[in-house]
Amino acid sequence: MEVILENLPLYWEGLLRTLFLSVVSGIIALVLGTLLAAARVSPVAALRGFSTVYVEILRNTPLTIAFFFAAIVLPRLGVTFQQFEVAAIIALSAYTAAFIAEAVRSGVNSVPLGQAEAARSIGMNFGQVLNLIILPQALRTVIPPLINILIALVKNSSVAGAFFVLELFGYGRQLANANGDQVMAVLLGVAFFYLLLTIPLGILASTVERKVAIAR
Amino acid sequence: MTTHVPGDALVSLNGVNKHYGQLHVLKDIDLHVRKGEVVVVIGPSGSGKSTLCRAINRLETIEGGTISIDGKVLPEEGKELAQLRADVGMVFQSFNLFAHKTILENVTLGPIKVKGIAKTQADKEAMALLERVGVGHQAPKLPAQLSGGQQQRVAIARALAMKPKVMLFDEPTSALDPEMINEVLDVMIQLAKEGMTMVVVTHEMGFARKAADRVVFMADGQIIEDATPEEFFTNPQTDRAKDFLSKLLTH
Repeated sequence: MEVILENLPLYWEGLLRTLFLSVVSGIIALVLGTLLAAARVSPVAALRGFSTVYVEILRNTPLTIAFFFAAIVLPRLGVTFQQFEVAAIIALSAYTAAFIAEAVRSGVNSVPLGQAEAARSIGMNFGQVLNLIILPQALRTVIPPLINILIALVKNSSVAGAFFVLELFGYGRQLANANGDQVMAVLLGVAFFYLLLTIPLGILASTVERKVAIAR
Repeated sequence: MTTHVPGDALVSLNGVNKHYGQLHVLKDIDLHVRKGEVVVVIGPSGSGKSTLCRAINRLETIEGGTISIDGKVLPEEGKELAQLRADVGMVFQSFNLFAHKTILENVTLGPIKVKGIAKTQADKEAMALLERVGVGHQAPKLPAQLSGGQQQRVAIARALAMKPKVMLFDEPTSALDPEMINEVLDVMIQLAKEGMTMVVVTHEMGFARKAADRVVFMADGQIIEDATPEEFFTNPQTDRAKDFLSKLLTH
């Protein structure tokens, strides 16, 4: 156990990196995912098609492939960045957006059709119906699945550790290599710090869920 | 049958046809509603009366014929359609109040977002409308906290807030408990007296007798009778209508 206490600053540094990766990717994924869901229900066939293809490809391939693509293929296509962290954020948010799009879409489908009809009947256009009436109700019903996706994102960010990004798992690997006799303790420490992030998210989920529930 | 000159019609349906798959729900519908007129559409379920009502603001598309509001043919999609819908108030069987908005916001949303009216002005007008339909004190509540009758009156206020040229009512009392039907009908009768142009699909024969200028009887997707309430209820012309009325009146 000493190995954890002795290396608390490293764990802390890793925790902050993981938090940073998750928050930035989470925000981008929420925005991108909502846009993809909007495209999926739009009257424009090309948008629907694009959204469907994107979601199906990203959520049906391993996250590692998204990472390889962002870290290795993108630079060859001319998209270069100074830090691997940028690649990690691109991969994580592109991958997570697909799941968020599916969750938001199911939320949109759960809003009764009459809500959209009433909105259209007072003269709202498609964008207004979606932004003012459908999405606000849809997002409230999908908060539990969205938080599940965000919890998965926090854990998925550990893949970045294998791509030269020093976050919680990356530091954990370093520590395990340096302390071959205490690997178990090192990894327990890593797990503990992940729990420190994910358990509050779960608690937040149930609190928010109760607060924003819409009575019908 | 009474006929009207299409030229002075506010709502005009000419040769309207619609199918649901094999089912021919609207067959060559011609209907003209003049400004200030209250037309009640009745008929057995499945006769196409709700579809007719919803087609007037294009919540249902049509396959043949034309529908025009105040001389303008209903556009197929886009901005013009949205603008035209803003002029046509609609009240639904299931109220359809925006579940995540307060009663006041339900009424002000259209004026603010669609018409670009300032919030203070919209709030003031909305409160006046809510008072008028008798639910002013409920303004800060959410729809689910109100009874069905109250919700439907809010829905009427929401439609009126857009200052529509015509109001469509699609079975506005069918989802209500019996003791709440009258509070909604009273608001509608008041509205009719004030000269609002109305198309009302309903099973409330009392309302038809009291407030309607014309009764349109539909069966199997066709308009079979079009007469004053007096004529229709005392002396229906077709067997179909006689049959329908006998079933209603014996209970």
